[in-house]
Amino acid sequence: MTPGRGYRIFIHVAALVASVVILAPFVWLLYTSLVGQNDLSTVPLRWWPSHWTLARYRDIFAGRQNSVAAEFRTAVVNSVIVATGTVLVSLVVGVLGGYALARLRFPFRRASLMSFLVTYMLPPITLIIPLYLLMSRFGLLDTKLGLIIVYCSLAIPFSLWTMSNFFGTLPTELEEAARVDGCSRLGALVRIILPLSRPGIIATALFAFLLCWDEFLYSLIFTSTANAKTIPVAIAEFTGRNAVDFGLIAAGGIVASLPPLLLTLALQRYLIGGLSSGAVKG
Amino acid sequence: MRSQARLAALLLLPAAIAVFGVVLYPAARALIISFYDVDSPFAGRYPFVGLRNYTDILGDSRIWTAAGHTLYFTVVSTAAELLFGLALALLLAAPLRLRWLFRAVVILPWALPTIVTGAMWRLILNAEYGVANALLTQLGLQDGYRSWLGTDPFLALNMVVVADVWKNTSLVAFFLLAGLHTIPRELYEVARVDGAGPIRSFFRITVPLLMPTIAVVLVLRTIEAFKVFDIVYVMTGGGPASGTQTITFFTYLQAFSSQRFSYGAALAYLTVLAILMLALLYLRLLRQNQLRGLS
Amino acid sequence: MSTAGLSRRSLLRLSATAGAGLVLAGCDVGGKASSGNEGSGEGKITALFMQQAGYSEADIRAMTADFAKANPKITVEPTFVAYEALHDKIVAAAAAGTYDVVLIDVIWPAEFGSKHIVTDVTANFPASWKSDMLGGALATASYQDKYFGVPWILDTKYFFYNTDMLTRAGVEPSSLSTWDGVLTAAQALKDKKIVDFPLIWSWKQAEALICDYTQLLGAFGGKFLSDDGKSVAFDTGGGLQALEFMKHTLDAGLSNKNSLESLEEDVRKVFSGGQAAMALNWTYMFNSANDPANSKIAGKVGVTTTPNGPAGGPGVNGSMALCVSSGSKNQKAAWTYVSYLTSADVQNKYAKSSLPCWSKSYDDAQVLATSPQMVPVAKKELANLIARPQVPKYNEISQVLQTEVQKALLGSKTPKQALADAANQARSLI
Repeated sequence: MTPGRGYRIFIHVAALVASVVILAPFVWLLYTSLVGQNDLSTVPLRWWPSHWTLARYRDIFAGRQNSVAAEFRTAVVNSVIVATGTVLVSLVVGVLGGYALARLRFPFRRASLMSFLVTYMLPPITLIIPLYLLMSRFGLLDTKLGLIIVYCSLAIPFSLWTMSNFFGTLPTELEEAARVDGCSRLGALVRIILPLSRPGIIATALFAFLLCWDEFLYSLIFTSTANAKTIPVAIAEFTGRNAVDFGLIAAGGIVASLPPLLLTLALQRYLIGGLSSGAVKG
Repeated sequence: MRSQARLAALLLLPAAIAVFGVVLYPAARALIISFYDVDSPFAGRYPFVGLRNYTDILGDSRIWTAAGHTLYFTVVSTAAELLFGLALALLLAAPLRLRWLFRAVVILPWALPTIVTGAMWRLILNAEYGVANALLTQLGLQDGYRSWLGTDPFLALNMVVVADVWKNTSLVAFFLLAGLHTIPRELYEVARVDGAGPIRSFFRITVPLLMPTIAVVLVLRTIEAFKVFDIVYVMTGGGPASGTQTITFFTYLQAFSSQRFSYGAALAYLTVLAILMLALLYLRLLRQNQLRGLS
Repeated sequence: MSTAGLSRRSLLRLSATAGAGLVLAGCDVGGKASSGNEGSGEGKITALFMQQAGYSEADIRAMTADFAKANPKITVEPTFVAYEALHDKIVAAAAAGTYDVVLIDVIWPAEFGSKHIVTDVTANFPASWKSDMLGGALATASYQDKYFGVPWILDTKYFFYNTDMLTRAGVEPSSLSTWDGVLTAAQALKDKKIVDFPLIWSWKQAEALICDYTQLLGAFGGKFLSDDGKSVAFDTGGGLQALEFMKHTLDAGLSNKNSLESLEEDVRKVFSGGQAAMALNWTYMFNSANDPANSKIAGKVGVTTTPNGPAGGPGVNGSMALCVSSGSKNQKAAWTYVSYLTSADVQNKYAKSSLPCWSKSYDDAQVLATSPQMVPVAKKELANLIARPQVPKYNEISQVLQTEVQKALLGSKTPKQALADAANQARSLI
């Protein structure tokens, strides 16, 4: 079906309009990260500022030790480590558990899944103080490991859900054929199911990554130093008690959105495939 | 059968340990203190009050107001995200040149950390020197600068909706795009041969077959909207005149700022109950769709 | 073993874990609270500070390094958080005793003291402190006549004005010594079209609103609570007049309507951008408004003590205090650290970042040199401070007041009605 010319023009114009609307705040964010403080509060707003500056990015990438901007660099590293760790653990655990929920018959199957989901519904605020005590007793405060453990408790229910859904959509004939050939259940899992589930796995990985990247409350309360502070906390600290350098927040935000953006772009084909099976089939 | 159950237990054990090991003690503690009157973070002797916290909550007008805000926020933002998300999904599925670039644009709001999003919108909508005011005034669309977040509680709530929609529509769009991909092309071919125009096939083919996906997105976003906190915290702090206070924000104020831990815990569990009922509703919806053979 | 048996077993296992969790959790509400320890006076202590206000992180690390030299047996690990997170972190960490020393805001001693989150240090206070410290400062961390911390970062709201605009309007800065004078000046500025809205305030629904309200309440001779602390008093007298004054300035077009969504930072931006002629703000605005990189009116900034109302001109106490947390296992060492940081010598050395809380410091040449214009003004005002009510449930009272005061300023209720409603809700909280 070759789309008519009118149709092609229409969708391109629509895409352009949509892009402008979506990008506008983002462009403005970039702008604020590059102009002096004064220009942000000028009324009426002049569209070409009197003072461009790369100082904020310089601070972030090469700032002196112990400045908030330099701490941001460490926070990026922390965020990457914590997110990667969480993704790896929650994927492995989610794949194993998801397989059980999708392929095995056992009593309370539905109830098990629901009980995991219920933990996802609990607002973190309620859990945070006793959780803090637990972490303190095990020496996990202000550690990346501690954050990984807590974030896994958030990511695993979600990954169980998507993985079990996705596995459920795969036809059983392939596994059965492999098992007839002498393959064990786990062998079939690794050799047949996993390769076919790459989209679902990538999708789950990306969601889990973004969950860790964006999470604020737990990180704020459980971390105190550059040992484990993650990006949202570091950005929040750009705000003083009274003074706020919004340009620095903007610069931090832009730098912080690059890794997820690049990651998603690199894996977007799988993302779509994975979402379709995970989301649509019950 | 029994070896399956044993294997299942084994395979689910890591997940159970990782999740319940972390969550069980805090969740149980929260449940228990909701029946007491705990007002300090320490362990200690506290009076037992039974269901009083729960009944107090149901009689607290501030909570019903917050619930009203949450409901409005949930309905409007979810509806907007569905509408715009669907439009975006259709665009993403269309044969565009530079499709990868468009996808990158659509992903951007999602990749930006929520606290930056909130601070950004707050500055854009600033009454004194915000760029929204500057743009609208200089384009002649409004007479002078106006306050978006400061004077009218209802307007402020709507602005929080705008910020939330901007951030989350991308996610919805990608979900719906995935759903679109599952609709067989042949159906559209057949419809065209039968003489149906694009609009007709949209309503007769696309929408019904997309229903399962829409249902999933609907409930997912509803749950998230119920739990919304970060963006309210950064953009308005609950104001003006408590006009943007949502249930979770109110829970935070009770549990942390006021140290009324029991009250906060009871409120949290009531919220979970509400969300759980929604989730069960979703399961029913989806099971019904499955029975119709749509999956 | 049948399937049913296995499922029963896993069910048993699950309920056992659940039961254990419940029992553990139950211990929390039936057992004893754990308490801290005096400690040996040496060892490692952790301290929680605030980022980016008053003393900078670099300042505090330098102070700590000097302390370490003088006290080799005590090692200190300072941590810094954003101000917004300070309260929540202290509450979350209380039971675990993570921090030995914490920095608290002036509105928290009642809450933290009554819940035993910070220790009562009255016994450690030398008698000389009561006379050597600035009067307004001393009350910063007191609750029920006990001291729960040592004042450290003093702050109050001063009255800033744009010297250039005032000259153009022919207004004498000395006329700004009373609120009536301020209104007259504002009217003159507005009539001469020098600025549309001469006054800008921080009246967003946040604690900042209550700070401004408190300062005005004091000026009109009002009180938050009755003298015995048992009943509400802000709904009449000075409290009511203060709110009526605020509403009046809005209605007369003298105050910028955007004050209702402004925090202190917005006030600074508007003032520094030349969009307002006069404003109340904390000490920090003085340096910021005079910095050409951040301000269009550098060099044109005047500062004076807060204007007087019929009953005087007290500044709102916006200070902070250093406390020893009750969960600390090393309270003696913690106190040594606290008394070092708050000593006059240390505070004088870093006076550029934050003004000291000792009276004699204000005559010290080194201190005066840090800010010749600001220090004499500070000396006068810091001696005359008004505190917000020190009651354990202050946070809730503040939220109630914030909501109702905003409703009055937005015009949806009369000031009298708004304060009456606030009083009704506050009564059960004191």
